[in-house]
Amino acid sequence: MNDNKTQPLIEMIKVNKFFGSFQALKNIDLEVYKGERIVICGPSGSGKSTLIRCINRLEKHNDGRINIDGIELTDKVENIDAVRREVGMVFQNFNLFPHMTIAKNLMIAQQLVRKTPKAEARQIAMQYLERVKIPEQADKYPIQLSGGQQQRVAIARALCMNPEIILFDEPTSALDPEMINEVLDVMVDLAKDGMTMVCVTHEMGFARSVADRVIFMDEGEIVEQATPQAFFDNPTNDRTKAFLNQILSH
Amino acid sequence: MSFDFNLILQSLPQMLAGLGITLQLLLVSGFLGLLLAILLLLMRISGKLYLDLIAQIYIYIFRGTPILVQIFIIYYGLPQFEAIRESMFWHILREPTGCAILALTLNTGAYVSEILRGGVLSVDKGLLEAGSALGMSARQKFIYITTPLATRLSLPAYSNDVISLLKSTALASTITITDMTGIARTIVADTYAPYEVFISLAMVYIIFTFGLQKLFGVIERYLSRHTVREE
Repeated sequence: MNDNKTQPLIEMIKVNKFFGSFQALKNIDLEVYKGERIVICGPSGSGKSTLIRCINRLEKHNDGRINIDGIELTDKVENIDAVRREVGMVFQNFNLFPHMTIAKNLMIAQQLVRKTPKAEARQIAMQYLERVKIPEQADKYPIQLSGGQQQRVAIARALCMNPEIILFDEPTSALDPEMINEVLDVMVDLAKDGMTMVCVTHEMGFARSVADRVIFMDEGEIVEQATPQAFFDNPTNDRTKAFLNQILSH
Repeated sequence: MSFDFNLILQSLPQMLAGLGITLQLLLVSGFLGLLLAILLLLMRISGKLYLDLIAQIYIYIFRGTPILVQIFIIYYGLPQFEAIRESMFWHILREPTGCAILALTLNTGAYVSEILRGGVLSVDKGLLEAGSALGMSARQKFIYITTPLATRLSLPAYSNDVISLLKSTALASTITITDMTGIARTIVADTYAPYEVFISLAMVYIIFTFGLQKLFGVIERYLSRHTVREE
């Protein structure tokens, strides 16, 4: 691992992404250093999700460069595999494998990708289930859990792969209000441990208390990035101001 | 016209003697057809245009022609070719049963491959993305995510096809095979009582279908156990 200041963990240089003729990302420049917590917000369709999905190649960027811990994302399968070993992801809809028990959800990739023996994989799975405070659910199926519990399992599943970075794609947007906090608590806990996190979310309370940097996107561009304090108290861009007015008006 | 119940009682056991052949036609062509369907499915989703195209043309032809015509082509048509008569397949193709199994297999394979493809396409894309994000390869995702989920999604349509295959086996009687329908036709020829005989035959098929339906119900419940909330 290189020195924090010299090599960013995530480096995006002039990244453009098109869906047909629609440009989803415009000239994105972004650097994220080890241990940083980044929150990305912005109106729907602004390219937030597309941006983080480019980081683990769920979307392929059209031009520009993306380096993850010094590995450039290209068409090379080895590079994509190497990046995905370093980057975990948590989705809006949890995406737990419905036909596997909770424990199996956490073990499958360890066994297949990391070639971890079954017993050890199970042990690691249980360790992370304890960490998200639901070890007793290990042998149930995802559908038997509440949304909040499922999302905590999804976080544990990402952690089992021992990633350098975790991407969160609106992790609380599909949850009932009373379940949002249990998921945010786990995320705050991760942040305290120094996990590098890039988080697309509308939870402004979380952004204010946890983020090192808040990024505002609109129409595929990074419009503004600042510390949470500067971002919420003294936004400079008009589009940022309009957005903040809308979401903080209640 | 009188309805002869005695004749029903007499002809039922005779027809059941053909149950073995009906069952053989169903199971052998059902099994081989499923293997063929999986092969066609893999060709269709391989991403290789020429494989996809070959499979599509095959499916188009076999879904687009009546199975009875396919049986006739294979039974009456293929032996015309000397190459076939001299090939290793001749000992299968010179038996009507072999021809019927071949025709049923080729036909059901075309239908079932489309059923399976429907199942594969309805697997939630988000689950495959989760697999990718965890570093799973395309093959691993197909085996551990797509296959089990697509199996369950395809099962209702698949059971429909098996039931329809059961009834297609009756067409084998047109090429001299003495399955249940073949025996029934013989009895009718002897007794001139089509009404009684064919009604009893229909009853046998209905009971058979009922059993198949129950069997698939059990399999479906087993594969769906993870979709039930209560323990």
